[in-house]
Amino acid sequence: MATYSTNEFKGGLKIMLDGDPYTIVENEFVKPGKGQAFNRVRVRNLKTGRVVEKTFKSGDTVEAADVHDTEMQYLYNDGEYWHFMDPQSFEQMTADATAMGEAAKWIKEEDVCKVTLWNGQPLSIEAPNFVVLEITETDPGLKGDTSGGGGKPATLETGAVVRVPLFVQTGELIKVDTRTGEYVSRAKE
Amino acid sequence: MTDPRGPGAGASGGPDPAASWRPAASAQTLRERAALLANVRAFFAERGVLEVETPIASRSAATDPAIESLVTHWSGPGGQQPLYLQTSPEFRMKRLLAAGLGPVYQICKVFRDGERGRLHHPEFTLLEWYRPGWSYDRLMEEVAELVRRALDQPGLAIEHLTYRELFLDRLGVDPWSADPRSLRDKALVLGISGAESLTLDRDGWLDLLLTHALEPGLGRGRLTFLRDYPPSQAALARVREGEVPVAERFEFYLEAVELANGFQELTDATAQRARFEADLRARRGLGLPTPPADEALLAALAAGMPEGSGVALGLDRLLMARVGAYHIDAVLAFPIERA
Repeated sequence: MATYSTNEFKGGLKIMLDGDPYTIVENEFVKPGKGQAFNRVRVRNLKTGRVVEKTFKSGDTVEAADVHDTEMQYLYNDGEYWHFMDPQSFEQMTADATAMGEAAKWIKEEDVCKVTLWNGQPLSIEAPNFVVLEITETDPGLKGDTSGGGGKPATLETGAVVRVPLFVQTGELIKVDTRTGEYVSRAKE
Repeated sequence: MTDPRGPGAGASGGPDPAASWRPAASAQTLRERAALLANVRAFFAERGVLEVETPIASRSAATDPAIESLVTHWSGPGGQQPLYLQTSPEFRMKRLLAAGLGPVYQICKVFRDGERGRLHHPEFTLLEWYRPGWSYDRLMEEVAELVRRALDQPGLAIEHLTYRELFLDRLGVDPWSADPRSLRDKALVLGISGAESLTLDRDGWLDLLLTHALEPGLGRGRLTFLRDYPPSQAALARVREGEVPVAERFEFYLEAVELANGFQELTDATAQRARFEADLRARRGLGLPTPPADEALLAALAAGMPEGSGVALGLDRLLMARVGAYHIDAVLAFPIERA
């Protein structure tokens, strides 16, 4: 079992706490003039996303979390699970709705996603930063309005709803920033 | 723990980890550093305190279980032997005091393994000085004078707090009588996250409360001297016996940052030997290295070191206060990541 000493703590390090994998967000070393030193860290739970603070005695060791990122291709959804494939080994894996999180709203078959694996199983899925999706439904809006101001809701082929400018119509392809959930531009095939 | 340096400052607390050849400190800050050193030297020259130099690498090391030395090796007559980089010039300077040099000061680099953070760097600049014949009260006045001058703030207020008052007033616990369990309970009530899974001794719990609950309020808009520590935290200070025995030790805080640690110096060779031995026992118990204690210091104390007081002040932190830096890297030319 790999472990880390508090001396090795830094942002991004993956550790196990109370059975869950965490990533260190911030590490603060505190020490009185003489005496016991502490590492006061902010950590993000990789399952829930929740950020908490925790103090360790400096020099203590913590179990390392077997967490790493890999690129995988999204294949299909069977109604309950999302299926992915490693493009090198062709190995397939399934992710549940919790692991999918927001990514479920954005991805289409064949999209390549960043998959975070914990002990070899998908822990979280990150959609590509930008995706191109077709609008399946939006109000016709006002003809001649090209300013982009105001906007209207549009439903996309994946079911996600984003605000788009009034001039964008049903059946068009648009580019969306999945990190903010915002319309970027119209797109060509 | 918001980082006012803004985004992209690096989660480890340091600057961009892609180490650059450029200095971390601005040219203006490096000029301020030079001015601070000149100012400190002028301060002591005016007062007839002698500047000295002592070895940075030594054949003995600090025994304090909470301080770890960096070790290097020297090849010389008799083969290779370890040399310990000083964690403080204290022992060698005390030998100069015992040799009768009178008041002395030193500006030097010191080294501590495992210490890195916003206020810590494995190599830092210490100003240490000794005043034979002075009480630690008088030395605290001189510390305040030096700091007021270094900051160009002659009117900066001074506050004295005893360690016991601080814990009684702010936390309602008596650090002399509270047992580890009640100190742990206090940490839990204060919401110190992770306290429930810490294994600490009495002094460890006091250190947790001090660093997490009390230090953030110390030295706000004033120079705060925290003094008279529990005898178990005497380090190298004399213990004043009495109804409540106290270690005649002080720490000096400015804007929640500890800048200096001083003692009414322990001059008794027998008591000093006992503290070395207690430190080494604690080290063995913790599975830490047990470096050789400084026998030459014990010999110097046995020969007779004048009673007096001494203090070590972190010059990098004083410079941080002067230029308003949040992170120590902002006052260092080349922090460890680009050293």
